[in-house]
Amino acid sequence: MKRFRDGLIAVVKRECPTCSLIEPVLRQLADGVSPFTVYSQDDPSFPATLQEVLDDRELENSFHLGIQIVPTLIRMQEGQETARAVGWNRGEWEALSEVRGLAPALPENRPGCGSRTEEPGMQFRLAARYSDTGLKSRHIEADADADLVELCYDRGWTDGLPVTPPTVERVLAMLAGTTRSPGEVLGIMPPDRVQCTVEKVAVNAVMAGCKPEYMPVLLAAIEAALVPEFGLHGVICTTNAVAPVVMVNGPIARRIGMNAKGNVFGQGNRANAAIGRALQLAVRNVGGGRPGEIDRACFGTPGKYSFCFAEDEDDGVWDTYAEEKGYPSEASTVTLFTGDGVAPIIDQSARTAEELVKSCAACLRTLYHPGQVADVAAFLVVSPEHARLFYGAGWSKRRLKEELHELLRVPARELMRGYGIDHEIEKLKRDNPEATMPKFKTGSLNVIRAGGTGLFSAIISGLGSITINPVTREIKA
Amino acid sequence: MRAKAILLDPTSERSPVIRARIARAQSLERKTFGLLDIAKQRGDVFLDRIEELLKERGHEVRRYRKQRFSIVAPQELKQEIRARCDIVIEALAD
Repeated sequence: MKRFRDGLIAVVKRECPTCSLIEPVLRQLADGVSPFTVYSQDDPSFPATLQEVLDDRELENSFHLGIQIVPTLIRMQEGQETARAVGWNRGEWEALSEVRGLAPALPENRPGCGSRTEEPGMQFRLAARYSDTGLKSRHIEADADADLVELCYDRGWTDGLPVTPPTVERVLAMLAGTTRSPGEVLGIMPPDRVQCTVEKVAVNAVMAGCKPEYMPVLLAAIEAALVPEFGLHGVICTTNAVAPVVMVNGPIARRIGMNAKGNVFGQGNRANAAIGRALQLAVRNVGGGRPGEIDRACFGTPGKYSFCFAEDEDDGVWDTYAEEKGYPSEASTVTLFTGDGVAPIIDQSARTAEELVKSCAACLRTLYHPGQVADVAAFLVVSPEHARLFYGAGWSKRRLKEELHELLRVPARELMRGYGIDHEIEKLKRDNPEATMPKFKTGSLNVIRAGGTGLFSAIISGLGSITINPVTREIKA
Repeated sequence: MRAKAILLDPTSERSPVIRARIARAQSLERKTFGLLDIAKQRGDVFLDRIEELLKERGHEVRRYRKQRFSIVAPQELKQEIRARCDIVIEALAD
């Protein structure tokens, strides 16, 4: 912490009308008090009538003095502040300076203006420059004129697209989006099995293009990813195409501007894009899950850049996914599940719920392989126009799931070997060749609502097994 | 103006520890083999045959199995194999 000279200190800026107004006061103090130090935030030639004005355009002194308003008058004694007056008030200034009869022609009182330290983003810039931030991440130095985006590429930090360079100032601003401490450990991240801290998430969030207000969602998503039941290790290392998918429920989705409507899985919404990307960058940079290394996916999926959306909760007819899991509607939650892409269901002819559910079931049946019933999961995404057909027939979400379950029974003779349940399949074929198995054997079919105009639904297929499951976490801070 | 720009490292800043490999067995004589099935499809078929061949040659064979291929082997399992076997064969079966 910088030590200031004893005596009186005034901090002013030319742009502030109150500072200009009190110029005679400053002159009076300069003549009568010693030592008297004046810092100017924007123009060291102001006030021109004073002999000496110290240049604080870099705001280092204003930052260390914690100036919020100009003019501010401070008394320092033995290096400690003993009194402070903000704005202009004759009584206060006279008491503080112990000088009577300050500029009698001036009004008694005038509020000041905002200090330049209070300009948007300035506090983080100044904290990065002039304080011990307490951040633990290693500093990577580059020449001031270096191309920092290219540096991030060279270091292997990106997913192939440019990232926002994670400067100290930007990371501090990102951390302002959460009340959680930068050093807090969210969990152990595979595949390298390293501690993932709030600070490391913030660094990756900067790179991904997040705003600070996305941090609570992102932190909850990372926590969900690190719960063993989610099985992130398997999700990263599998030769399958899956990526972690982030779904947000509750009021926070609207508050941070997430998209649940048209083009819900598409481009163009910053919150959707950046939160999903930040999770992926954390997996890459913190966990060490990189393609060509431990990520050995045969195809992968564009979702490995980012796959994040909000469920559409506007009509309130069916319970949301979070409500089905027991959360109240006012809670905000994040759910992580595995997904490898979006397959649309196009049925613009169905006029009854019975017709439409058949179309959905026929499409769901083919997932991964028409004869596969183990290790396959799906989120059926019903658009508003398709949902209206089910609502019109009075179907609850549970009814829809039951109808799907009935339609998705796979006959024993069509069951495919090779998904870890061969013994079970063989036994079934022997005992009762007419028997069936449910397509989503472990109850891994979910129904949600999202999307825009048109008679469409969609399927997000993914893995579901004893070690890979959807995980929901409440978003708190 | 500062002459340098500073970025914060987004990685775990882990320095990989390079460990020397355990010396290869000079001979297979009187060695105990651990056969690890990671629970992938048909891994057991491969390991059954390896076990047969090893036993024909008079080796002691111990069989181990992970609950699921997509999770890391538990520490106890790794320690057990290390303590009781000289050589381990793992079936990836993919």
